[in-house]
Amino acid sequence: MTKPIISIRNVTKRYPGVVAVDDVSFDIMPNEFFALLGPSGCGKTTLLRMIAGLETSGTGDIIVDGHNMEGVPANTRPVNMVFQSYAVFPHMTVRDNVAYGLKVTGVAPADIAPRVEDALEMVQMSAMADRKPDQLSGGQRQRVALARALVKRPKVLLLDEPLSALDAKLREHMQLELARLQQVIGITFIIVTHDQDEALSMADRIAVMEKGGVRQIAGPEELYEKPHSRFVADFIGKINLIDATVSGVSKAGVTCVANGLGTVIVPHDGAASGSISLAVRPEKLTLSAEAPPPGSGISAKGVIRDVAYYGDVSNVFVTCDDGLELAVNVQNDRAAAGLLENGREAYASWHPSDTLILQE
Amino acid sequence: MARRTSIRGPLDYGKSPWLILFGFVTFIVLYAPIAQLIVFSFNDSKRNIVWRGFTTKYYAKAWNDASLVEAFTNSITIAVMCTVIATIIGTATALWLWRFRFPAKAAVEGIMALPIVIPEICMGVAVLVLYSRVGHWMRGFESGPIYWWNELFSIWPLNLGAITAAHIAFSFPFVAIVVRARLIGFNRELEEASKDLGASEWQTFWNVVLPFMMPGVVAGALLSFTLSLDDFVITFFTAGPETNTFPVKVYSLVRRGVSPDINAASTVLIVITLVATIIAMRMQAPSKSEG
Amino acid sequence: MESWKQNKVVFWVTALPGVVWLLLFFLIPLALIWGMSVGEKTSIIDIEITGTLDNYVRSFQAVYLKIIWKSIWISIVSTAVCLAIAYPIAFGICFSPARWRPFLLLLVILPFWINLLIRTYALIAVFRTRGTLNFTLEWLWNLAFLDRLVGPFQPLELLYNNGAVIVGMVYVFMPFMVLPLYATIERLDRSYLEASLDLGASQWRTFFSVTVPLTMPGIVSGIILVFIPMLGMFLVPDLLGGTNAIMIGNVITDQFKAANDWPFGAALSFLLMYVTFAALALRAFVSARIKGAVGV
Repeated sequence: MTKPIISIRNVTKRYPGVVAVDDVSFDIMPNEFFALLGPSGCGKTTLLRMIAGLETSGTGDIIVDGHNMEGVPANTRPVNMVFQSYAVFPHMTVRDNVAYGLKVTGVAPADIAPRVEDALEMVQMSAMADRKPDQLSGGQRQRVALARALVKRPKVLLLDEPLSALDAKLREHMQLELARLQQVIGITFIIVTHDQDEALSMADRIAVMEKGGVRQIAGPEELYEKPHSRFVADFIGKINLIDATVSGVSKAGVTCVANGLGTVIVPHDGAASGSISLAVRPEKLTLSAEAPPPGSGISAKGVIRDVAYYGDVSNVFVTCDDGLELAVNVQNDRAAAGLLENGREAYASWHPSDTLILQE
Repeated sequence: MARRTSIRGPLDYGKSPWLILFGFVTFIVLYAPIAQLIVFSFNDSKRNIVWRGFTTKYYAKAWNDASLVEAFTNSITIAVMCTVIATIIGTATALWLWRFRFPAKAAVEGIMALPIVIPEICMGVAVLVLYSRVGHWMRGFESGPIYWWNELFSIWPLNLGAITAAHIAFSFPFVAIVVRARLIGFNRELEEASKDLGASEWQTFWNVVLPFMMPGVVAGALLSFTLSLDDFVITFFTAGPETNTFPVKVYSLVRRGVSPDINAASTVLIVITLVATIIAMRMQAPSKSEG
Repeated sequence: MESWKQNKVVFWVTALPGVVWLLLFFLIPLALIWGMSVGEKTSIIDIEITGTLDNYVRSFQAVYLKIIWKSIWISIVSTAVCLAIAYPIAFGICFSPARWRPFLLLLVILPFWINLLIRTYALIAVFRTRGTLNFTLEWLWNLAFLDRLVGPFQPLELLYNNGAVIVGMVYVFMPFMVLPLYATIERLDRSYLEASLDLGASQWRTFFSVTVPLTMPGIVSGIILVFIPMLGMFLVPDLLGGTNAIMIGNVITDQFKAANDWPFGAALSFLLMYVTFAALALRAFVSARIKGAVGV
């Protein structure tokens, strides 16, 4: 079994009046692309900065490659960071920026130049080595920041919202680029982001954080398909959450009375009791003009309230009995053509096995 | 687990004990001489070193010194006249530079900043030369309008006009800077909205622009008041025997040595300037949050 | 901003007061002494502008050259000491808790609003032979029984020398240095410092490789802001310097107040003006270069 490259053990960080990081523990494996995902203020950046040694140490242990980082100052930790603002030194050329980290740690001058060239090559910035940062675009500055951190050959690369300052198109490109770089270099990346698409598309594993705590750690698919909580389900993608009360548990699944749906049976492995939420992704729902044949799944009759057109798909909002609102993703094919009209009656239906039961 | 080795983060320089100590010592060195000056103005001893009990007799003594009181009155009069005129001119200049685009504007801005940057002594001797030239030329008239003009300007407070004019020349650029800084935060659409609603140029200025820039104008006014009150060098070169100001008077006394009545008079001046300064800063503070 | 042609009445109403005043009471006087600086005395009161450079040439006589040189080195030393004190102060204020900052800044600036003359006078009371400092030293001397071991305390002659002038200059101008430094350090993006530390630089290395270069515009502004008035300072050397510590400001004053050689005084004050212009040009040059580099 491989040893984790980073172990976070019961790390807590308090600011006056607020707990930024609340008793967090997890391991990150070597060569992993790990994402800390959560809304702003959830403590993800604080945690990243604690790993870097830039934040006052709280309580708990941060172990990097077997060494406890307690009391180790930022400048001697075997991790490097790409800052949200990139923090590319404006008074130095691209080359000097990349060489800085080697120069200040006493790397022999003869070794610096080839390493800098390699790093610039890796991020395709060799041609701009003599430029000053103010002559670079945002994306180019980010490449410099990447090269500057990677040239140090850190055990772990930390990236603080690295793509948030880029426009949408460039962001998509850089997502692929980062994933490629991580593959090539083969070191651990920890990325902090509030953008779920970014985390889902790049990371091997994602820790979803809320209010200083980690809510779930899983791979992208598991996180999307099997969220553990309402928060995670709601934060990762769009989802319909339906209040329900459990009335019985059997081999067939959980029997419950759901708001607007009546009594339904949902296949479920674990235990369930009391009030729960039924969760189903909008793309699992189908919309039809006729009532689906009985026994073919869960369905609800309602009125189309709003249709948001996105080209290939439309997001349709259906209001059902008891004020239940369902969002349905409809492929804009021929079948949908006549159906999507405000005020029209329609049936939203889905397979019971696409339904998740969320206890909290 | 649950250890806490360093309370300071890597950039918590504000918590560095050395920096705090350094700051503390600097502030003490900065304030100790002034504090001593104020304390000893109440000291019942001529020698000014050992505390011999509280007294206000030096304030009474300073108050009874006619030439000191006259110099003080002159200083305040000049400061008030300077404040009124410098505020008007400075505000007009600020509006001018803020509102209009015109040829050689950068050069004009540079020249406007000159009175602030050049050594005071250069301006002092320049004004001295100007007044001696003008005086020399005017003395040639035994009667006629220029003679009467001359006579008029020997009456108080118009005899302080020469000093005041020089004070205005170096303080109105400061007013202009303060007011213009305030105007940068002004949303010009407010002005356009006012004109769109039918207000004239003057009504718009009076009802929309002026209320917005008022804190800057008041701060600028108080600034010019303290600048005028504090000025020694320029007054030193332009003051005549009849038109001593307080700093010039203190200068002549200081050259003779340290005495408690200078402490008393200085304390009064310190209190006046500090009150004006603190009010000015209060006036300027909210402009930042609004902008 | 609108073109001046759009509203000529408002343009002239706002333009004229300042322009006329500056012309009458600043630019014309400056032109007068500039003219005088290339003029000659023809009698006690008459001066003829002849275009001579004699007055400037006279400034470079050994006796005046020595005073100019002394003014320059005293100003350089005082400026350096100001910078050495003001930088940590400005730095400390920038990194202190946000609610303390306005108060600390006010504390630094406040002495600056107190009359220069009064502050200089306050220093005399501290440093004179029978002043507070000597008195305190004597008390410490006696406390340590040095009066019985070594002999009675000999008061130090702290005033009326170059050292006193430097102390006075630093005391008077230090607050002025803090302001531009504070303004630039405050704007400095902290992530540059964090990036430097993250890349392995020590705190001191970060300070000299990142903080100082990035705050260079503030440093240059501060230096010029205090160096120019120091160079022309007349009051501090006059009151603290005694007879042997006169600076160029005192020579100028003498020409106008006592020696009555106005053309020579005018030439000396225009030498100061030339230095000022050179310093301003230097600042414009440096800040343009740094602006390009820092991208502010």
